[in-house]
Amino acid sequence: MATATAPGAPRTALGKAAVELDERLIVAGPLRRTLHKVFPDHWSFLLGEIALYSFVVLLLTGTYLTFFFQGSMTEVVYEGSYAPLRGVEMSVAYASTLDLSFDVRGGLVVRQIHHWSALLFVAAIVVHLMRIFFTGAFRRPRETNWLIGIALLVLALVEGFAGYSMPDDLLSGTGLRIASAIMLAIPVVGTWVHFAVFGGDYVGELIVGRLYIAHVLLIPAIMLGLIALHLLILVKQKHTQFPGAGRTEHNVVGVRMFPTFAVKSTGLFFVVFAVCAALGGAVQINPVWLWGPYDPAKVSAASQPDWYIMFLDGSTRLFPAWDINLPGDYTIPALFWPTLVLPGIIFTLMALYPVLERVLTGDTASHHLLQRPRDVPVRTSLGAMSIAFYVVLLLSGANDVIAEKFDISLNAMTWAGRLGLILLPAAAYVLTYRVCLGLQKHDREVLEHGIETGVIRRLPNGEFIEVHQPLGPVDAHGHGQLAYGGAPVPKRMNQVGGARRAIRGFFTPIEEPIRVELEQREESRGLATAEEGGRELTSAGRPTEGGRPSEGGRPSEGGRPSEGGRPQEPRD
Amino acid sequence: MTARDTRAEVGTGDVQDSGHGGPDDDYPPERLAAIGREDLDHLGARYDGVHVLHVDPPPAPGSPLEKRATRQVSMLFALAGLFAFLFVFVYVGSGWFLPDWRWEVGGDWWGLLFTPMLGISMGLSLLCVGAALVVYTKKLLPHETAMQEKHEGSNFERVTAAATLQKGWHNSGLGRRKLLLGSVGFMGGGLGLMLLAPLGGLIKNPNAGNPLGTTSWGEGVRLLREDGTPVRPGDQEPGSLATVFPAVPGGNRESDAATMLIRLRPAQVQSATARAGQEDFGYGDYVAYSKICTHAGCPVSLYEQETSRILCPCHQSQFDVTQGAKPVFGPATRALPQLPITVDEEGFFVARSDYIEAVGPTYWNRERI
Ligand code: HEM
Ligand code: FES
Repeated sequence: MATATAPGAPRTALGKAAVELDERLIVAGPLRRTLHKVFPDHWSFLLGEIALYSFVVLLLTGTYLTFFFQGSMTEVVYEGSYAPLRGVEMSVAYASTLDLSFDVRGGLVVRQIHHWSALLFVAAIVVHLMRIFFTGAFRRPRETNWLIGIALLVLALVEGFAGYSMPDDLLSGTGLRIASAIMLAIPVVGTWVHFAVFGGDYVGELIVGRLYIAHVLLIPAIMLGLIALHLLILVKQKHTQFPGAGRTEHNVVGVRMFPTFAVKSTGLFFVVFAVCAALGGAVQINPVWLWGPYDPAKVSAASQPDWYIMFLDGSTRLFPAWDINLPGDYTIPALFWPTLVLPGIIFTLMALYPVLERVLTGDTASHHLLQRPRDVPVRTSLGAMSIAFYVVLLLSGANDVIAEKFDISLNAMTWAGRLGLILLPAAAYVLTYRVCLGLQKHDREVLEHGIETGVIRRLPNGEFIEVHQPLGPVDAHGHGQLAYGGAPVPKRMNQVGGARRAIRGFFTPIEEPIRVELEQREESRGLATAEEGGRELTSAGRPTEGGRPSEGGRPSEGGRPSEGGRPQEPRD
Repeated sequence: MTARDTRAEVGTGDVQDSGHGGPDDDYPPERLAAIGREDLDHLGARYDGVHVLHVDPPPAPGSPLEKRATRQVSMLFALAGLFAFLFVFVYVGSGWFLPDWRWEVGGDWWGLLFTPMLGISMGLSLLCVGAALVVYTKKLLPHETAMQEKHEGSNFERVTAAATLQKGWHNSGLGRRKLLLGSVGFMGGGLGLMLLAPLGGLIKNPNAGNPLGTTSWGEGVRLLREDGTPVRPGDQEPGSLATVFPAVPGGNRESDAATMLIRLRPAQVQSATARAGQEDFGYGDYVAYSKICTHAGCPVSLYEQETSRILCPCHQSQFDVTQGAKPVFGPATRALPQLPITVDEEGFFVARSDYIEAVGPTYWNRERI
């Protein structure tokens, strides 16, 4: 082979093996492109990764659980090692969950890790979605990924519901009963849908088995496909980034995948897994043996679903008792509105939001630079409004618990929820709008008049003024001429190098102010060497620091691809 | 795009010695061999549209800073290993050289601690790995700022791709051959339906035999407590409530049959008003209402004697037993159905018939059957 004899051919065994491999698979190019992918270095980009990693934890722990769990509703008499339930009749599903918890070594910890990571998974999706929303990352060309994200959120809710309904304990049975009523509440076809899903009248003998296959195969497979697509589109479109020095609509500034990002992100995976594992071991969750087997005539007080379903419980509690009776003795049950129409509207609005915003603002351009929430006050306020709406529903889902804990009447809680649902979102909108405008104004003010230095000077006429440090060139009136560029405006002297940086240390300072001062002076004279420490992150998250990152000093010694070299898009 | 680009594109699938231009021509092996590792890295990066703008070097090899950071990272990895071994120790050793891991009511503390020990040792182990990796990148790897170019789609590629698609469509002649197109459409529809049709196996007629509107209650069916004993009028204190089931096999597991047998207090009897046409459904000071909430089907359960209200724990609907179990608060819209009861010749409570309406949640055609 030409390569084998070429100068610079690998001499080590590993190198030779790599060449052998590439001669067969031709992977060097795609691999290099992958290793070079640049990731923005901002904490908010980690949220999606947390969701991804908790999904991985769910896959791992869930697969383990399938070795023991049996999704069957056949009645058996429990003979396992949990004494209080010995001799009790229950479904095989519930008995196998008890076995998992008491007779499988380590089964309980895995079960609890699975449940905790499910909670974390949905929470991470929701927070990730909020960051996408508030920074405008969903704008063209990323509408597809926004839609996939919403689909994943809905699937995650369904998946979680199916998951905790499978053990067939008293709590999950209560949830299932409500789900059954919700299906019945669909106008016209409700009873047909119910009979198709349950295989007959409630509860039948099929539902747990069906939930099981949906939970471990159907929905995870769809989610896996959607996640793959989500990431593929992400790689293809590249990340968005916050505006800042050197960042444009046509680039991404950050760190390369390899090695820094890969190592850090793997670290994050371990931390996510660690949190789930520690919670799964130390904090009891869904102790099904305390609830007892499902019995349609029993219910435990304060039956609450997992948190991600609670908003629906809340809407159901708040919605007034309005059955609609139609001519011909047909009824649209009150339950239909809060449990199907409301989430339908919520998720449809969410899915359509990018399109709505595009139409209403007429902004059809592609955007790769993110917006600061304050710069888009209407969107930000709409977001705050939605969050307020959601939080009222969420709290109302636990209003009986709140009523009991704080000794408030339940009826008062219900009415507070009903009123809150109308008033709080409006208040949130107005308040957020004000705050956004205030923050905007302050940014402009600092750009125009400079940073407050805290230095007070007395003028000859006796007047006191505070000295302001301009951020850039000033005009004849001393007004700054920098325009606002969508990036954070420095507001303290140490952010512009006018004072030493803040002393490190969380509770107590861990360094001496004077040494930091000296160190920084040395650095500014270009004397500081790496050994003397105090290296600052060149994190792209601090765009205001050294201005535009310099290109100088990089030997480019014929290293530039010649004009019109190979196309630079990943194309494999 | 330049002509040269096109040539490069055409040569993409070719082997290295095709002489079509591109990096392997620009950089023959001798030339590459003369470039250092660092610069090769940056050279490759440029081909991927990546420019390394700035690098903060890591602490110099052998410097105290480097030594300290290395110690920290190694310490974290070592701790991770330690906790992992602790996990294995507890997992394997329990019931062997350690106490048994099984938890029993009132059992020993090891069984109680087994799960927390596993979770916490696993969590700490994984946490140390994560921390080690993060500290590694922060303190021992160079900090670089790289910039990757983004490209808009290319018109050239759009046009050529479209041409290929159009050519294929044109050659297929489907545009012209209407018969073919029609038959393909017909076939597609048929196949789609054929593949979906087996899902019809899921469909069941909910109106056949009125399964939603009937329970096992019927004329002469005794009211049994959960333990299977029948109830006599003297058995309950005034103001008390018992859950009863129809005396049929499996009656106590039936999802819609659970019924509350309530003995009213004298004061309640005074003020009680039944629903129209159901005045005689009770027996003496006893009334029996369905336990299945008319809102979403939870078993209503909390009976507050003083207010005569039954509360459903699911969404807090409240039903007043002195007003025919009418909903007085919350999202439920209908009264709990009342079971007509009497006493048989042996003096035990029996139902006079099934419920006269469907119990449980409302549905579309409930009023019609
Ligand atoms: C993707 C998101 C997933 C979510 C949100 C989720 C959620 C849940 C929840 C909340 C439970 C109830 C746990 C409990 O009893 O406390 C559960 C149970 C279960 N899950 Fe998942 N799960 C997911 C994925 C998976 C996957 C991929 C598998 C298997 C391949 C799986 C297998 C199981 C099994 C077998 C159970 C029953 C064990 C038991 O209840 O003790 N899960 N799941
Ligand atoms: S199920 Fe009883 S109030 Fe909803």
